[in-house]
Amino acid sequence: MEQNMSNCLLRVHGLTKQFSPAGEKVVNDVSFSVAQNEIFAILGPSGCGKTTTLRIMAGFERVDSGSVELKNRVIECQHTSISADKRGIGFVFQEYALFPHLDVRQNVGFGLNKLESKERNKRIDEMLELTGLGAFSHRKPHELSGGQQQRVALARALAPMPQIIFLDEPFSNLDAVMRQTTRNEIRTILKKAGISAVLVTHDQEEALSFADRIAVMNSGRIEQIGTPEEVYYTPRTEFVALFLGRTNVLKARAQGMEAYTDLGELMINRPASGEIKLSIRPEHLTLERATERNCNGLCGTILTREFKGHDITYRVKLRNGECLVHTDNRMPFTSGDSVVVKPLEPAVVLEV
Amino acid sequence: MIPALLVATGVLIPLLYLAIRAAEADWAVSADLIFRYRNLILLKNTVMLTAGVLITTTLIAAPLAWLTVRTDIAGKKVLTLLSVLPLAIPGYILAYALLGFGGANGTASLLLGIEIPRLSGFWGSLVAISLYTYPYMYLNLRSGLLGLDPSVEEAARSLGMSSAGVYRRIVLPQLRPAFLAGVLIIGLYVLGDFGAVSLMRFETFSYALFLQYSASYDRIYAAWLALMLLSITATILFAEYRLLRGKLFHRAGTGTARNIRISKLRWKVYPAYAGVALLMFCAIVIPVGTILYWMGRSLDSSIWNGLTNVLAMSVSASAPAAILTAMLAVPLAYISVRFPSPVSRGLERIAYFGYATPPLALALAFVFFSLNSFPILYQTMTLLVLAYSLHFLAEAIGPVRSALYQASPRIEEAARSLGHPPFQAFLNSTFPLLKNGIIAGAALVFLSCMKELPITFLLSPVGFETLALNVWSFSNEAMFAEAAPFALTILIFSSIFMGILFSREWSRT
Repeated sequence: MEQNMSNCLLRVHGLTKQFSPAGEKVVNDVSFSVAQNEIFAILGPSGCGKTTTLRIMAGFERVDSGSVELKNRVIECQHTSISADKRGIGFVFQEYALFPHLDVRQNVGFGLNKLESKERNKRIDEMLELTGLGAFSHRKPHELSGGQQQRVALARALAPMPQIIFLDEPFSNLDAVMRQTTRNEIRTILKKAGISAVLVTHDQEEALSFADRIAVMNSGRIEQIGTPEEVYYTPRTEFVALFLGRTNVLKARAQGMEAYTDLGELMINRPASGEIKLSIRPEHLTLERATERNCNGLCGTILTREFKGHDITYRVKLRNGECLVHTDNRMPFTSGDSVVVKPLEPAVVLEV
Repeated sequence: MIPALLVATGVLIPLLYLAIRAAEADWAVSADLIFRYRNLILLKNTVMLTAGVLITTTLIAAPLAWLTVRTDIAGKKVLTLLSVLPLAIPGYILAYALLGFGGANGTASLLLGIEIPRLSGFWGSLVAISLYTYPYMYLNLRSGLLGLDPSVEEAARSLGMSSAGVYRRIVLPQLRPAFLAGVLIIGLYVLGDFGAVSLMRFETFSYALFLQYSASYDRIYAAWLALMLLSITATILFAEYRLLRGKLFHRAGTGTARNIRISKLRWKVYPAYAGVALLMFCAIVIPVGTILYWMGRSLDSSIWNGLTNVLAMSVSASAPAAILTAMLAVPLAYISVRFPSPVSRGLERIAYFGYATPPLALALAFVFFSLNSFPILYQTMTLLVLAYSLHFLAEAIGPVRSALYQASPRIEEAARSLGHPPFQAFLNSTFPLLKNGIIAGAALVFLSCMKELPITFLLSPVGFETLALNVWSFSNEAMFAEAAPFALTILIFSSIFMGILFSREWSRT
């Protein structure tokens, strides 16, 4: 999966971390790289080691083995650790960690103490404008809404012009509506400023819509790295398939590009043989009313029906087990109907 | 790390010296010192006084707590405030006031024409210390009562238990941790108290220790007495630890607790008010009135000169001690909050042990330690300030620590990620948030030092006078008028101390 990028900015290799000698590895042999101007997301359930990975890269935790390179310079390995304040990495914390005793201007200017005051003020103004906070510059953090605090945290991290910025679950403290708009705003700001970013999140929708590439992490290991489309449409493992939205995982017997499952014969995305597992997304299946001709002994029964406006999700009982099918709203089946499930796309072969 | 080491060695090594000093004598002499009959009397006196004070304070505090939490009595806030007010009058000031109140030349007979017997000895000590310390028991029982879950009591009632049964089997057992906490504070105080028992001439370990040290200079016997006192203290601490282990009751279950069940007093409200009034008369009106009365009789200009002079000396020791203590408290609190480990917990314990150690024993340990290792320091201001700091450190750690708990460690990491090196990051991000805690801690230590007596006694430089020393030595000679201005000044300082403490407590809840 590791790509050889000529414009590589951050390279992580074999990162491993245990908090206690007897305990399990919180981060286990994690490797990836982030290119210039790229937004990279680490996606995984809570406790999978994603935040620890981020904190190691930022210099808040030491690593047991492996290395972190920034612009081809080792900033963290077993033997050396560049202090967090000398790494030139911006960090946006989950709880923002704004300085409660300073106003917005002072917060944004906190990392600019080495600049002359004229230049410093200019930079602060730029940042406030970029994040649309000009009107609030003399407010204290507790006088701001959650979304505004979020933008102050971002402006503060961006002000010293870091080479890369780390975002630790930055949207999780916002309500659902705010989350979407803030996400779009911040993506636009990052792209406009031309800054690379690493986002850590447990929200698959957030990772898919925010990042250029995603690493899916599970119990300390990275299971897959790829573009949002790659990890969504061709998950490598069952965990990735299930974590990135609803899917049907089927047991199958494969031969060449075909496999036999409870749904009948399916095309698969790559050649395989023997007992395997397949994943097929509900929207890649469709339903037909069962007739004598198409049934072929493989028809199922609609169990439940979830109407969601623009589409409908059906739970279908098969001969063994059941499956989910996502159709548009022009297929009005009701529970108890006899149907045949038809694939629209090849199923994805999962690694065991 | 350096402050941590200073604290650990500063508390432990002197205490070690105490043991070394005591062990210097050969075994026959030591055995004679340990097993003499007088020690048994001292032990009996100390235990009797401790038990007596604990019983008296519970008898005062329990009804008072119930009255101000669980009844419909009017003016609960004022009553609560009044109930804790006696804390502002230190035990030796109360002792002074009681001595100056009774007897043929006391305030009572001079002012009111009633001659009541002058309290002294056991009863005098008991009354003085109880009136000063009962608020500690009251505060603990009050918060215990407030923390009870009323639905548990309702459940007991619904299961057919009588009202008295609910108190006996549900309320009282749940109050045990609060009660034990009160017992611990008051017990340690009685063991360490020197001012009241010495003025009342009641021989407990503390007072005997002082007599031994000041009169006969028998230092080995004094060291043994200090060790015995320390072992009683350690026993209390250990017993408390054993009794409280696994005994912290919390409300199991979620949701907000509903309102506490309130008892209707009806006509019984009058005896309740009368009881509180009587208590306030003894604990506040008598001491303050007595001090003011004698104050009126000592109004001449020479007193004021002496007073400002002594006040300046008190401040000159208390202010540096407060600053030093705050400087020690910040790193200690920081280590214990940010890097919790057995080592950091141990360090904090040592700080608390320094606080729990009877002040006379601690002071004696410092005397031996300095004479042995740093004779240059003996009877210097430096040693006095150091002893103050190590004794009162726990008072400063508390506020600093609670401020630290509110400052997220992420804030400091944010400063690091913005290019500030570690120490600068702490100074610019966390430290400003600790400011109030540090000021409060330093203020508490300052005020404690201003009214401190036993440590000052043993460690002050020659010719050094403080407010507390003067109150004690004048009242010791029954020169009540001369003592009055100093007593009044201390009263003012301890009222400020109380004010700070409670404004912090109440702003939190």
